[in-house]
Amino acid sequence: MTSTEKNIEFPQSILDECNRVIQLFPEGKQKSALLRILHIAQAHFGWLSVEVMDYIARMLHIQPIEVYEVATFYSMYDTKKTGKVKLEVCQTGPCMIEGAERIITHIEKRLGIKVGETTKDGIFTLKGVECLGACGYAPMLQAGENFHEHLTEEKVDALIDEYRANPTANYMGMIND
Amino acid sequence: MTKKLLLENVHIEGINSYDVYRKNGGYSAVEKALKKMSPDDIVEEVKKSGLRGRGGAGFPTGMKWSFLAKPEGVPRHLLCNADESEPGTFKDRYLMEKIPHLLIEGMILSSFALGANQSYIYIRGEYMFVLRILEKAIAEAYANGWLGKNILGSGFDLDLSVTPGAGAYICGEETALIESLEGNRGNPRMKPPFPAVQGLWQRPTVVNNVETIAAVVPIVNNGGDEYAKIGIGRSTGTKLISASGNINNPGVYEIELGLSVEEFIYSEEYCGGIKNGKKIKACVPGGSSVPILPHFLITKTAESNDRLMTYESLAEGGFATGSMLGSGGFIVYDEDQCIVRNTWNFSRFYHHESCGQCSPCREGTGWMEKVLHRLENGRGTMEDIDLLWDIQGNIEGNTICPLGDAAAWPVAAAIRHFREEFEWHVTNPNEATKRNYGLISEKVFEKVNA
Repeated sequence: MTSTEKNIEFPQSILDECNRVIQLFPEGKQKSALLRILHIAQAHFGWLSVEVMDYIARMLHIQPIEVYEVATFYSMYDTKKTGKVKLEVCQTGPCMIEGAERIITHIEKRLGIKVGETTKDGIFTLKGVECLGACGYAPMLQAGENFHEHLTEEKVDALIDEYRANPTANYMGMIND
Repeated sequence: MTKKLLLENVHIEGINSYDVYRKNGGYSAVEKALKKMSPDDIVEEVKKSGLRGRGGAGFPTGMKWSFLAKPEGVPRHLLCNADESEPGTFKDRYLMEKIPHLLIEGMILSSFALGANQSYIYIRGEYMFVLRILEKAIAEAYANGWLGKNILGSGFDLDLSVTPGAGAYICGEETALIESLEGNRGNPRMKPPFPAVQGLWQRPTVVNNVETIAAVVPIVNNGGDEYAKIGIGRSTGTKLISASGNINNPGVYEIELGLSVEEFIYSEEYCGGIKNGKKIKACVPGGSSVPILPHFLITKTAESNDRLMTYESLAEGGFATGSMLGSGGFIVYDEDQCIVRNTWNFSRFYHHESCGQCSPCREGTGWMEKVLHRLENGRGTMEDIDLLWDIQGNIEGNTICPLGDAAAWPVAAAIRHFREEFEWHVTNPNEATKRNYGLISEKVFEKVNA
């Protein structure tokens, strides 16, 4: 990763949200807001570029490396460009029993991509992820902030159509079972 | 019908809102505590209740609280562990989603008891929709005077907020959680010093699970003695169980500790029996890291006692023939499931989640995943089974945090009880990729343990 001086801008609404989160911690402990701010930035930009991470480092008065090391440790952050909608299929234990593999294979066929790849139109990235805390409602996938549970092939088809028509719907924070 | 203390009102329409929660007796424990009780009174009630940590370790909560250092002039903190990442566990999410004010009420009571004026709920990043539910509930609590300065004129101040992780199982370990809350990678710390002395920002800190903190509400309302009347022996009160796998009614259930495992699995009130009329093959009773039990050790112990849903009964027989209550992540496997495949799946999970600090865990989890993958795909040897046994033994007890043990135990238990199924994968590689082994025989087990 090389740092660049390229200007990026956070819109005022995003800056306000970042400042609100920083205020939740005592004076001098603003670094505690880092994980939340990375989520906010990723929801806005789609992924975390070096420019975005450098900007956050300046905002929190910490070294860029402190941001990079966190962004690369936690599996929810993407430091490479992804599709607008990440379909993250849980494949751990109970979801495996209930057919996570079947769901992944179906998505792979439907979108013509393999796990880890992004569709040519830049809308979907498919990922296999570890336990998301929905074991009783398996199989399931997460798309942005949405949980989609009790999945069937038909349900997957319907939600792919839905997200293709409206990719930003993945940050509605809804549970759809 | 089980007595319910946490989920009694969960089905009331709108209970997630402040008004409905309050109308149904919500925040009465805070009124009682701030008007009539001292912080030490609450600690005393919690001690009397026998409440044990509901996140998995089962450590007595009152005792944990009494370890908190109280140096003059140094702020103390209460952190709620809502990282819930143990595969098979989804109870905290259910509680927070359905009845968020119960957790907030518990946080106020517990913070008051510990003398903490700034408390945080650390929630796993994937539960962002739950974080938003909690933030809304916290705003309601502030607006109605339950949070902020001088609550109910008592002179007690409390600020409460919720902050997310970002996809790391390890942050459920309390020192990793603290690191993460400070904005760092989730690398667990060496203990001592314990968080009770040096925790968040080097200040004295208590970390408690969501369900533990919620249980303080009925303890304050009804008294610790009443709480301790429920349950058996040192397993007091109720416990939330997350039930998943091949059962008819997966979901979250509040049980009285002491319920028989048989009733929990087969009663319509709970799991409703095995799906599709199949036979039960195995059960992981307390989340992915606890030892898996073969079908003949689930409802009865090796001593032919009824197996009960308690810390002690599930552990009866030690790791040789028992398991653990753990987080209450209850996963049921039917006769069509492959234990080698399941063990490989869990090993992949632990390999993915190892933070990488300690070599035995960082390297060992990867080796276990690789060897198990080989066995599952018909390319394993008999030596591989012994190698697995060797690796897990070299991880257990040799790491800074319990993730090493958590990765080792499921592998050890699977080999201990299902060795014949592992060997069958080696001797029948083609068949093993086409069909599953089915139930294991009790005879082999008896021979091993003779």
